Amino acid sequence: MPKKIGSKTLLLTSSPSIIGYAAVGAKKEKQGPLADYFDYLSEDSSFGEKTWEKAETLMQKKAIELALQKCSVQKTDVDFLFAGDLLNQCIGSAYASRDMAMPFFGLYGACSTMSESLCLAAMFVDGQLANRCVAATSSHFCSAERQFRFPLEYGGQRTPTSQWTVTGSGACVVAPSKQAPYLRAVTVGTVADLGITDINNMGAAMAPAAAQTLCQFFSDTSTRPEDYDLILTGDLGFVGSRLLERMMQAEGYPMAKLHNDCGLMIYDRVKQDVHAGGSGCGCAASVLCSFILPQIACQRLKNVLFMATGALMSPTSNQQGESIPGIAHLLHISAFPNEKEAK
Amino acid sequence: MTKQEYALWAQQESPKSKGLGDILRAFLFGGLICVIGQLLIFFFENRGAGEMAPVFASACLVVLSAILTGINIYDNIAKYAGAGTLVPITGFANSMVSAAMEFKTEGFILGLGAKMFIIAGPVIVYGVSASVIYGIILFLLG
Repeated sequence: MPKKIGSKTLLLTSSPSIIGYAAVGAKKEKQGPLADYFDYLSEDSSFGEKTWEKAETLMQKKAIELALQKCSVQKTDVDFLFAGDLLNQCIGSAYASRDMAMPFFGLYGACSTMSESLCLAAMFVDGQLANRCVAATSSHFCSAERQFRFPLEYGGQRTPTSQWTVTGSGACVVAPSKQAPYLRAVTVGTVADLGITDINNMGAAMAPAAAQTLCQFFSDTSTRPEDYDLILTGDLGFVGSRLLERMMQAEGYPMAKLHNDCGLMIYDRVKQDVHAGGSGCGCAASVLCSFILPQIACQRLKNVLFMATGALMSPTSNQQGESIPGIAHLLHISAFPNEKEAK
Repeated sequence: MTKQEYALWAQQESPKSKGLGDILRAFLFGGLICVIGQLLIFFFENRGAGEMAPVFASACLVVLSAILTGINIYDNIAKYAGAGTLVPITGFANSMVSAAMEFKTEGFILGLGAKMFIIAGPVIVYGVSASVIYGIILFLLG
């Protein structure tokens, strides 16, 4: 059963495991430095489909199916599927789950969805409300561009602070088990907004939420950044990462050396011309499921704080002049189920 | 931390656009498009198009831009040229063709037909409005 410590953190006393995970990407991800770790990479960003929305649906479905395959769990044995994406009305996930026959919770947490879905899956399993849950999310560069920015062939210039939406998906199967990676604690984030209105500077908009959640977790658990091998944020990119590190330093938790960001890992920022880095739900999801989880499973990384960050605006709110609220949910993912075994 | 303090931090950490380089490239590409336009005008004048020569030249530039957009080249040029390809008539054509291509999947009427103007629409609205105001001023002063 989850046990609340401090004011916003839940310790998952049974330490549920991520028994299966898979990452799917497309062409640009294939050219990136993490290509070798993906389970499936498509040379064709349309995945053979007629629309980008269908491509995203297929990609998410593929990630879920691969994750289930890797831990030999049948679709019918899944108690709950928690999934979301960036498209209006979350159609990427809804259509992906259409053929899945799994009880489905559709989530919207913008780019924080991997953390959000994984938090819920972990809490459901730890609270014995479910035996097996799937947490999944996806984003597609082309469907996101249309929804949030301009048509693909429009000749506009991107600003240096803008980020490149990852065409990727990640899925995790959470269940009680005696195998790493274990989910040890979650801190559900609160919305933070320090007044950033620039839709091309999402990193700056989301960094305050990340700092807030991280400080909350350290204070609730009485730990410090040095107690972890890696503090991994979802898609703060270059600008947001710098701001987070600066804010944490000011709060008395220097962590620049322990921090990395999925948006800075998935692409070669200079060679692939992605400006401030990668972004999108699929960014955090695919980096976690391709590169990070296997390293925790083999104990190369022992304690990781994973925190996908989301910018909770819409094109409408932005055009109406509203600033961009950010959110970040944190998960403590570990190679050990508890402190005793770690020693 | 206040919003003002954070705005300052965000500004400090955000890389800036390459001001001079961007302006220079925009000037060169924009100028090049104008030179092509002028050459087309000369060409049509030589063929006896008379006063219609600039109209024909504009039409040629629009078609050229539409073709380059259709074969996925225009946006790659625009990435370097910036306002140089955005401001001339070629940019206007690109904004319509790219939107038409993008929203084709939503059908020919509510997709392509309606959303084709999603970027070009304001240009038409305010272009026409400005010309009306200009006309009124000219009428009053003339």
